Amino acid sequence: MILVFGVFSWFPIGRALVMSVQQTNLISTPEFVGLDNFVFVLQDPLLGKAVANTLWFALLALVFGYPLPLAAAVLMSEVRRMRGLFSALAYLPVVVPPVVAVLLWKFFYDASPTGVFNTIAGWVGLGPFPWLQNASSAMPSLVLEATWAAAGGTVIIYLAALVGVRTELYEAAEVDGAGVWRKIWHVTLPQLRGVLFITLILQVIGTSQVFLEPFLFTGGGPNNATLTILMLIYDYAFGSSLGGNYGAATALSLMLAGVLAVLSAIYFRVTRPWSS
Amino acid sequence: MPVKNQAAVAERGIVSAHDRRRASVRGSLGVLQGGLLVTLVLAGLGPILWLAKAAVTPTQDTLRQPLGLFPNGIDWANLATAWGRAEIDHYFVNTLILAVGAWFFQLLVATTGGYVLSVLRPRYGNLIFGLVLATLFVPAVVLLVPLYLTILDVPLLNISLLNTFWAVWLPMGASAFNVLLVKRFFDGLPREVFEAARVDGAGPFRLLWSIVLPMSKPILGVVSVFAVIAAWKDYLWPLLVLPDPDNQPLSVRLPAIAPYLELDVFLAALAISTVLPIVLFLAFQRLFLSGAGLGGAVKG
Repeated sequence: MILVFGVFSWFPIGRALVMSVQQTNLISTPEFVGLDNFVFVLQDPLLGKAVANTLWFALLALVFGYPLPLAAAVLMSEVRRMRGLFSALAYLPVVVPPVVAVLLWKFFYDASPTGVFNTIAGWVGLGPFPWLQNASSAMPSLVLEATWAAAGGTVIIYLAALVGVRTELYEAAEVDGAGVWRKIWHVTLPQLRGVLFITLILQVIGTSQVFLEPFLFTGGGPNNATLTILMLIYDYAFGSSLGGNYGAATALSLMLAGVLAVLSAIYFRVTRPWSS
Repeated sequence: MPVKNQAAVAERGIVSAHDRRRASVRGSLGVLQGGLLVTLVLAGLGPILWLAKAAVTPTQDTLRQPLGLFPNGIDWANLATAWGRAEIDHYFVNTLILAVGAWFFQLLVATTGGYVLSVLRPRYGNLIFGLVLATLFVPAVVLLVPLYLTILDVPLLNISLLNTFWAVWLPMGASAFNVLLVKRFFDGLPREVFEAARVDGAGPFRLLWSIVLPMSKPILGVVSVFAVIAAWKDYLWPLLVLPDPDNQPLSVRLPAIAPYLELDVFLAALAISTVLPIVLFLAFQRLFLSGAGLGGAVKG
């Protein structure tokens, strides 16, 4: 066990730190180049684009994907019969292999009027939409699929947390004349605070490393509109045009990890007084 | 007290029992929940049912009327073509080998690791546990490139694991989350039993094999199911370390062969790739829906 962790976890983490300050291409011996890799990455005109796209993806994912599972879970917790059916249906997309989901949705997003989604949009007199082919609609399309694929897992987390909500407080709230909305706002949500924080952090960490959707849906296009940070890392290291720039790839991934760590730390610092 | 709380939850939720009896409340609750059910069926089940239908529908039908409920003739041959001529059978077996191997190594590392840290407790145990936990905080993206280079040239052995299944199996075994999960479970086992077994002369291996593991079936089930599902879902890593198509799993091959297949055969291939995870999910629903695999991460 120590061997497996040593070789495949601790060693590579240490190696990442070393490689980020080296010029490595597997052929010549690595040479120390100081912060050159970091400078190279920061000067890459694509970096700004990738960061902006990733932030845009994360923001859209929050708008689409954060309130939705919560609302569904709260509503489902009030279901008396067949709750199992509800949660099974909600979870089903999560077990579909992500690659299959993306390829399937890619077909759904067919831009012709007879595409699946365009047919549905046509029923209510909308469309046809270009979906993935247009620089401005490509990213929301990716987020829509990602939300579909991930929401079920979050619903289950919230459902589990809702079981722990102390119900005496509902009665107290009723005595004070609170309606359903005020009960949810003042009793349910405050008790879910801890879980809500953690799902938020997990979502930010997850979406900042999004790769599969842009890689398979659009390849980063059209016109780099869906190029994300992780795709840029992939391109540095394994892409056909740049390729082999392992130092730059690790430098960028360390910067991303650093930003995430700082974000989480600030976040926990700020929210700690509330959650205890 | 917690027991009492549980009972209370079963009796009431946000809407009180008194309100529930009122017709207006019941009506709007019913409409909301009915709406949610319809949405869930359409969003959760819809795409999967559509895929199942499209898998046995001729290409022209799917293209012309993608949402037609009844195809003009069912084309069962799609499935056979995908399985045989598109070589999905081969990639299916690859995926299976990857999943089983990943399962084995994850269990091996998690149980032996959890056992050493929780039951044997060597002096340096806490340090090691700390180092294992620390890896939880390193985002996967940091590992991508250095781990790839490690696979190309494994330290100490100086061999390349590129294009071997080991390249997928071993890194998946280094899952700190599994170790944490299993260690916590082992921590909860009664230590008197271990002492009794030791008095009876059981060595550390026998203690693990005949006492600890049989007592830990629930947690081993959780780790197993999630290990298989995770291996089935994996894409980027096998894409990098298994460049030879002969060794690639379904997830890597499907996007690659998409342009060369006729649409109906391709959709059939997608359907075939989805069957096993869905069957696993239906069979172990409780495990998934109780949030067992996530509970440890979320309770904070």
